Amino acid sequence: MTMSATKPGAGVEFRALRRTFGSTVALDGLDLTIAPGELLALLGPSGCGKTTALRMVAGFDHPDSGQVLVDGADIVGVPANKRDAGMVFQSYSLFPNLTARDNVAFGPRIRKVDAATRRARADELLAMVGLPTQGDRYPHQLSGGQQQRVALARALALQPRVLLLDEPLSALDAQVRLTLREEISRLQKNLGITTIFVTHDQEEALSMADRVAVLRDGRLEQCATPVELYHHPATAFVAEFVGTMNRVPGRLTGEGRVEVAGQRLPVLGDVPAENTVDVLIRPEDVRVSADADGAARVVTVSFLGPTTRLYVELPDGVGVKADLATRQAAGLGPGAAVRVELAEHPVRVAASR
Amino acid sequence: MAALTRRARAWHGFVLALAGLYFAVPLVASFVFTVDVPGQGLTGQAYTRILGAPGFLDGLGLSLLLAAATIVLVLALVVPALVAVRLRPGRLGSVIEVLCTLPLVVPPIAFVAGIGSILRLGPERLSHTPLYQTFLAVQDERFPLALVLSYTVLALPFVFRSLDSGLRAVDVPTLTEAARSCGASWWQVLVRVLLPNLRSSLAGAAFLTLALVLGEYTIARILTFETFPVWIVKVSGSEARLSVAVSLLSLLITWLLLLALSSAGTRTTKNEEKR
Repeated sequence: MTMSATKPGAGVEFRALRRTFGSTVALDGLDLTIAPGELLALLGPSGCGKTTALRMVAGFDHPDSGQVLVDGADIVGVPANKRDAGMVFQSYSLFPNLTARDNVAFGPRIRKVDAATRRARADELLAMVGLPTQGDRYPHQLSGGQQQRVALARALALQPRVLLLDEPLSALDAQVRLTLREEISRLQKNLGITTIFVTHDQEEALSMADRVAVLRDGRLEQCATPVELYHHPATAFVAEFVGTMNRVPGRLTGEGRVEVAGQRLPVLGDVPAENTVDVLIRPEDVRVSADADGAARVVTVSFLGPTTRLYVELPDGVGVKADLATRQAAGLGPGAAVRVELAEHPVRVAASR
Repeated sequence: MAALTRRARAWHGFVLALAGLYFAVPLVASFVFTVDVPGQGLTGQAYTRILGAPGFLDGLGLSLLLAAATIVLVLALVVPALVAVRLRPGRLGSVIEVLCTLPLVVPPIAFVAGIGSILRLGPERLSHTPLYQTFLAVQDERFPLALVLSYTVLALPFVFRSLDSGLRAVDVPTLTEAARSCGASWWQVLVRVLLPNLRSSLAGAAFLTLALVLGEYTIARILTFETFPVWIVKVSGSEARLSVAVSLLSLLITWLLLLALSSAGTRTTKNEEKR
């Protein structure tokens, strides 16, 4: 594939980025480094500043203070059309008056690449994104997924040093989203292009990214690999935001332990000043077994395929979610008396709500 | 139910026929008037003499020139303004809307009275300044820029409506950003991305402006420029049949233009669907 002629990915760095919109602080001193060739997901709730940060790399927004470095050079003053960054947008952004092929060839045409070369490159890219025969179609003749594939091909047409993806899958059907998610990952790995991917969908971020940066109120909470983020969240916010988390009331007993649901577990990370805390426990760390003398009761059962999620009420009325292998959950219907145990992992605690 | 539908259909037909008559009767009467000359019977003389009629080509040429200049000026003003409003929504949008709609509520006679006073008073007050020549230049009867400026103001509401509805159908910010990230300069964004997607509303705005200029009488007459409509009225005194024939032809040309425009719009859509 001649696309191996792609430029090597560039390193990107945010340094103390600050941006305010009136009284709203979108970015509050964001520091983040993205390695060349890495796929980094910016994850966070609405208004956390992830899109603002991405738009600053594209040149569509400018920081009040701070720097955006690409391969060590500050690009804050560089106009958007000279930044060498391809972008795929959340909304369908193909030029309606151009065919898929002409959309992909738009950038090369602007750069005055000759007609034969840009046509060949557009066809090559369309084949690469799985649309080898759709070049003559207009955007309104393509499905949403196809349009986003063309947009991806268009973003890659100028062989950018950085690829920016602004929630490109959020408008698509679940099935298309899954397929495209895998294809983007594969393509990114093949091309080795530095990619920043904004999403509010944690599953998307965890499944695609080399590293995930979790943002909250314009600040970086944690940037780590998906596995590290899930198993070793740096803060209570990350622990709760990434994956599903139970909050179970507990009591600190000293010596770095917390008493929760009749068990004493080691505490990980910071410990609040108060004795009464919420203990954060993943559903897969809650073990449920049928026990006629058990004081807990199954309230609801949700079949999720290989796993089954039970909502169980503990004797003190606290509800917890528990994920079991579906085979183990057989026979545990609503109302069943059960015994609940927590895995003996160190747990993170948060101030009680 | 069927009876109701039949009755409704009959009503539709009746209303349509009535409206048709309302339009057709004056046109047919005018046409008959131009071809039926007492004492000579049916004759096409009124039409064959049009081209050779003194002042016809001058009047028509001047009006077409004014229309072309007005179209260029009004689009050059409104397109960037509306695109800017789409890119940075704010209070400016409603200010522009009010400004562009204002000419609809100002009576042409009040408008022309204002322009007339300025054109008269300007040279008197400014006779010792370089602006004096400017005032004379805008009233040059070969190409009266004063009329272009006046027609630009009159065309604003129509051009604004046409372009505004066209821009509503286009996601201007996203397309602009997509084009910018593909390396396009602001000029290239406008010419390569936005204007091609506004083709039909640009054509609509241009056509409405053309129709307005070809039919505008009051301002041209009061400012004493002999445009096409002024010539038609002038000729009607001495050569009524010729004047009516020209009016009918200009109406026909306007309709043909409208038809061409709407069928071009439909054809583009169909072609795109086929492809």
